[in-house]
Amino acid sequence: MTEIKLMKGNEAVAEAAILAGADGYFGYPITPQSEVLEYFMIEKPHERTGMVILQAESEVAAINMVYGGAAAGKKVMTSSSSPGVSLKQEGLSYIAGAELPCLIVNVQRGGPGLGTIQPSQSDYFQSVKGGGHGDYKLIVLAPSSVQEMADFVSLGFDLAFKYRNPVMILSDGVIGQMMEKVEFKPQQKRLTEEEIMKKCPWATTGKTPDRERNIITSLELVSEKQELHNIKLQKKYKKMIDTEVLFEKFDCDDAEYLIVAFGSSARICSKAVKTLRENGVKVGLLRPITLFPFPTEEINKLADQVKGILSVEMNAGQMVEDIRLAVNGKVKVEHFGRMGGVIAMPNEVVEALNNKLIGG
Amino acid sequence: MSENIGIKDIISEENLVYSKTKLMTDKTLSYCPGCGHGTAHRITMEIVEELGIQADTVGVAPVGCSVLAYEFMNVDMQQAAHGRAPAVATALKRLMPEKYIFTYQGDGDLAAIGTAETIHACNRGENFTIIFVNNGIYGMTGGQMAPTTLPGMKSSTSPFGRDVELMGNPLKITELIAQLPGTHYVTRQAVHTPGNVRKAKKAIRKAFENQTLNKGISFVEIVSNCNSGWKMTPLDANKWMVDNMFPFYPLGDIKVDGEIVNK
Ligand SMILES: Cc1ncc(C[n+]2csc(CCOP(=O)(O)OP(=O)(O)O)c2C)c(N)n1
Ligand code: SF4
Repeated sequence: MTEIKLMKGNEAVAEAAILAGADGYFGYPITPQSEVLEYFMIEKPHERTGMVILQAESEVAAINMVYGGAAAGKKVMTSSSSPGVSLKQEGLSYIAGAELPCLIVNVQRGGPGLGTIQPSQSDYFQSVKGGGHGDYKLIVLAPSSVQEMADFVSLGFDLAFKYRNPVMILSDGVIGQMMEKVEFKPQQKRLTEEEIMKKCPWATTGKTPDRERNIITSLELVSEKQELHNIKLQKKYKKMIDTEVLFEKFDCDDAEYLIVAFGSSARICSKAVKTLRENGVKVGLLRPITLFPFPTEEINKLADQVKGILSVEMNAGQMVEDIRLAVNGKVKVEHFGRMGGVIAMPNEVVEALNNKLIGG
Repeated sequence: MSENIGIKDIISEENLVYSKTKLMTDKTLSYCPGCGHGTAHRITMEIVEELGIQADTVGVAPVGCSVLAYEFMNVDMQQAAHGRAPAVATALKRLMPEKYIFTYQGDGDLAAIGTAETIHACNRGENFTIIFVNNGIYGMTGGQMAPTTLPGMKSSTSPFGRDVELMGNPLKITELIAQLPGTHYVTRQAVHTPGNVRKAKKAIRKAFENQTLNKGISFVEIVSNCNSGWKMTPLDANKWMVDNMFPFYPLGDIKVDGEIVNK
């Protein structure tokens, strides 16, 4: 029997990482995610599994430490919140370019700029559209519970190594800070140097006589070769789209209206759906779990069935653009959002759906 | 003449007194003729060969003229973002403490955009080796001013010479990091004469050997030329370096075994 614990989302991420057999965590404090690093420091994973934990001098350094570790075939991660993740974009672009696996957790807060320390979902574009320079994509997982904060750590590492690509857990201050019960998977062993050499023959573990030297780089000075590299990357992203889409549906079978929401917004919306149903409005909820790859096909299918779609996000309207692309004009798609760290209330969602889709 | 003409056709085996280390690849160096980068590469790789640590060495290449160092050095290497090599190396060493880790960086890389990463890795006392090639200029991007550009020295962004009033002072980053408790060995060398090459090589050997002591960073600055960026012939560049760079950046050990040496 596994033990059930009561924990903050941020702490769950840290504990899950230790249990997932992660080799290294490199981070820099920022509210509302500092508990990740704090939990590591209390838990002494160095003694538990040999995992390396380091507080870097900046987010820039932290993500470049992740780059170095990932290139050596290690299971490495970082976490931060919005302004810190902006700083990590340079490193993320390099990591994506060099095709390395790693995990990055963004516990979002309101922006732009220093903004607020309250929760937000306004880093959607930055997370799913690339974020740094160049054409690249991250796999983006959006947890809506503390349990998922924990579960997505091992899922994230698995996907990262499967595709040799950075994976992001896009969370927010609500889920990072709230406490819920969580059940952890059993402890996984960290890989030995020999196992890494087998599993990751590309890793820079030191050139042995039996192989050519391994080089990790994102540089290619010949444009035609760089284009070939880009084509290869785009094929990989296409494969993710074809195979890795995750979502959850509630009350969609007979739905005449659809709400699409992720993360903490989805929790608020499930309450709104309940209220609307009690009032005789047939409404369903689709919760994308992967924001990239986006559940485009499923939303397109549902667009044949419903009279209108409402995207509920804690931002000025970002995911709504991907929904509109998915729907391709079939039905009306509206957005409702609160910004700057304000959390929408379920009755506001009810009101928005009534005003924007039913009344409008 | 045949294109397949090899070294054996020119020099008979018994007269051969020197050949390059196998730890340099056969790839033609991308450096300007007369540039110090090639020599700095070679002696670094000679040390890795002499210590027999090829299988245990991972290098980190910078952004700058030596961005392609991994094309020439026959060891596992990672190319880092501009200035971030010390952060990359920090993780490498912490996650693989038994390996020999080195960064190879220019002055723009290490002393400008990467100042934070350099100072903090040094101050934490990470146990790797930094090879720092200081040519007082940004070579790769076409000869712009670097933090290490001398007062009065011309560059494309200080076309009338570095005006300290306007552009600030040159940064003696090596003296600065020698003050940090995390550095174990800090030295300044050059590679423009055979004697200096020998000294620089000895310093690099010490820097690699120090990694077994786990006592902190070994930092080898190599004051070098950039004949292209300085707009001089290689010979003039070396003379200019001796006359102008060395007085400002004096050669020799600055810190040995964790102690500042008074000169
Ligand atoms: C983030 C970023 N900023 C700027 C550049 C452009 N850049 C490439 S090399 C370089 C200067 C390198 O100079 P230095 O480190 O002194 O090396 P050198 O070329 O002289 O050997 C600059 C500014 C870059 N590649 N990345
Ligand atoms: S530009 Fe300067 S530093 Fe770069 S290869 Fe040429 S001489 Fe060397």
